[in-house]
Amino acid sequence: MAMTEQRVSYTLDSSLETIDSAEEKATRIATDLGFSDDEIMQISMAVREGAVNAVLHGNAYSPEKKVILSFEHTGGDLIISIRDQGPGMDLSRIPNPLAPENLLKTSGRGIFLMRSFMDVVEIRPSQAGTELKLIKHVHGPTAGGKEASQ
Amino acid sequence: MKVGSRQVDGVTIVDCSGRITLGEGSVILRDTVRDLLSKGNKKIVLNLGEVNYIDSSGIGELVSAYTTTKNQGGELKLLNLTKKVNDLLQITKLYTVFDVKDDEAAAVKSFK
Repeated sequence: MAMTEQRVSYTLDSSLETIDSAEEKATRIATDLGFSDDEIMQISMAVREGAVNAVLHGNAYSPEKKVILSFEHTGGDLIISIRDQGPGMDLSRIPNPLAPENLLKTSGRGIFLMRSFMDVVEIRPSQAGTELKLIKHVHGPTAGGKEASQ
Repeated sequence: MKVGSRQVDGVTIVDCSGRITLGEGSVILRDTVRDLLSKGNKKIVLNLGEVNYIDSSGIGELVSAYTTTKNQGGELKLLNLTKKVNDLLQITKLYTVFDVKDDEAAAVKSFK
């Protein structure tokens, strides 16, 4: 994505390749926007985790269902949207992976990692699928930003 | 991801390199640990010194390797974490679960 563009969108298959591709796109865009190495890693990992959710838990690898990934650079924010066409995530079933009883579970850390790495994480489930919005402020740290996370 | 295993004083050192992520990396790690356990190798050290990336699936696979080994009466320890992997284990609180070493000789000696 040339950074002269303000928004770019991709329609991707529900496959493992999509997960790697989404991560690579995020890395490239974050690099172009001048994020630090640590921030680039955080953004790319958050996008990877979001893509994993969309491909596995949302679309369940269905070849008929797509993942729509978009990046938008507006103002001081990088806004990333990942939409799937699955049944809609049940937010009440997201466990706290730091709870002692969950520490040894082999899954359930993706959303926690996204929330750790991004300034804002919003999850909007619907019958048409789940939209995940990830926001990273381009300039400087944003203390308190995570309180806006959903 | 690539793995290679070697024996040091009755302990199996698994040298891992690359990425442990959903798909191939996680499967390779899972198969490697299961294969070692099936052959009676129950003292395992995962040397992650060359692992430069791990996602939540990879973290889950480390947890699975740890619990599978423990459930079979063995021990699995981690060696030479890179900063990225170390940071991930810290924020997920798994650093308190795993026995993490930064010296191979000390890791080998730490097995009973």
